[in-house]
Amino acid sequence: MTARTDAVAANPVEAFLRSDRMPHIWCPGCGIGTTVNCFARALLQAKLNLDRVVVVSGIGCTGRVAGYLELDSFHTTHGRAIPFATGLKLANPELTVVVYSGDGDLVGIGGNHFIHAARRNVDLKVICVNNFTYGMTGGQVAPTTPLGALSTTTPYGCFEQPFNLPQLAESSGAVYVARWTSYHVRQLTHAFGEALRKKGFSFIEILSPCPTLYERRNRLGDGLEMMKYFKEQSLVRHGAPTKELGLTFQGPIAVGKFVDRERPTFLETLNQQLARTLEAQYAGCAGEHVRD
Amino acid sequence: MDAEPTAPPGAGQPVEKTRRVRGVVYINGLRCKGCGFCIAFCPPKVLEFSSEFNPLGYHPPHLVRPEGCTGCDLCGLYCPDFAIYAVMIKNEPEDTRPPAPPAEGAPP
Ligand SMILES: Cc1ncc(C[n+]2csc(CCOP(=O)(O)OP(=O)(O)O)c2C)c(N)n1
Ligand code: SF4
Ligand code: SF4
Ligand code: SF4
Repeated sequence: MTARTDAVAANPVEAFLRSDRMPHIWCPGCGIGTTVNCFARALLQAKLNLDRVVVVSGIGCTGRVAGYLELDSFHTTHGRAIPFATGLKLANPELTVVVYSGDGDLVGIGGNHFIHAARRNVDLKVICVNNFTYGMTGGQVAPTTPLGALSTTTPYGCFEQPFNLPQLAESSGAVYVARWTSYHVRQLTHAFGEALRKKGFSFIEILSPCPTLYERRNRLGDGLEMMKYFKEQSLVRHGAPTKELGLTFQGPIAVGKFVDRERPTFLETLNQQLARTLEAQYAGCAGEHVRD
Repeated sequence: MDAEPTAPPGAGQPVEKTRRVRGVVYINGLRCKGCGFCIAFCPPKVLEFSSEFNPLGYHPPHLVRPEGCTGCDLCGLYCPDFAIYAVMIKNEPEDTRPPAPPAEGAPP
């Protein structure tokens, strides 16, 4: 019974957090913390060797995730989380490499890295917290800002067509593509688990409230209001064609798992091609020996 | 506010704790930022904002109907500040439940 009391005396996610850095910098009602909470629970359930799990983030509010998780992590320069993570994976193929960053970081400044890592099917788990804006720098327009939405750089409403991220990921070559919101905590935790087990470029988009900048400017209320919008307007459409998944300002949201397929990974095709060409001279990439 | 003043980091020391047959909820009121996610998305609606302020200036939630809590831990999943979580207690007769820990400041 004493053991029982001990067992419940600490939040199960605490072991995955750098507790000395709490409380974190995220605003009240920001959804990023909820996604981290779900990610920590997925790690708990996945029973992975945590010495072999690495988190890489870029710059932004979401980019702070790498600094709050009690895992080996790296906070890269803006937009460069994927190239850093690619190098990490190629040099240490046994690592599970997670890229956790914002929409601006991953598909704005880092967009080219994103499509090419997906095209090559680099074995990365890419988690994109999409709050429809550049949060950290004050709420500028992002490649995900819906048409008509206000931002500091679109004071008369956004007139740029936003990315449909699941479609971008699928057409670039991702083998696993899902979208959830920070309201869908159980489904999101499950999706994290699936992505952690999947081999190849896996992508999860998470729609998340930014009450301080995006919502305030658009008069959408607080974080909870946005969570209620996610709850009311989301429709689960597993397997839906990704071309149908574009988002509109406060419009309906399709969520679910859209793509789950197999393709040889970058390391596999690299080893195969070089072994075929160089034969016995080829020792394998990064310690992976293609022949005995 | 750069650190929690009383709870040692990571210890998950509950600031408020209520025990009932189905679920136990632990609330670290020092960390809460008052977003209300746990309150709004608790299926049986057993949480409410308390009237006290925490050192960050927010009203942490408290359990108003402990008997209604199922221990589903959705509050724990929703919390962006890792300030609340719950544990399910399965079909346990009242007298075998672990004793409640001493109140803060009480002699050991
Ligand atoms: C090379 C470079 N350009 C611009 C910036 C400024 N900057 C910092 S964060 C950021 C955008 C972050 O947006 P997002 O990735 O959506 O993250 P969020 O803060 O919304 O979570 C920008 C433009 C920078 N740090 N480095
Ligand atoms: S500015 Fe927006 S994204 Fe950044 S912490 Fe605040 S609410 Fe979250
Ligand atoms: S454990 Fe479930 S029922 Fe109990 S307070 Fe939390 S959300 Fe409500
Ligand atoms: S979800 Fe967490 S931060 Fe939000 S009100 Fe509840 S305990 Fe406080």
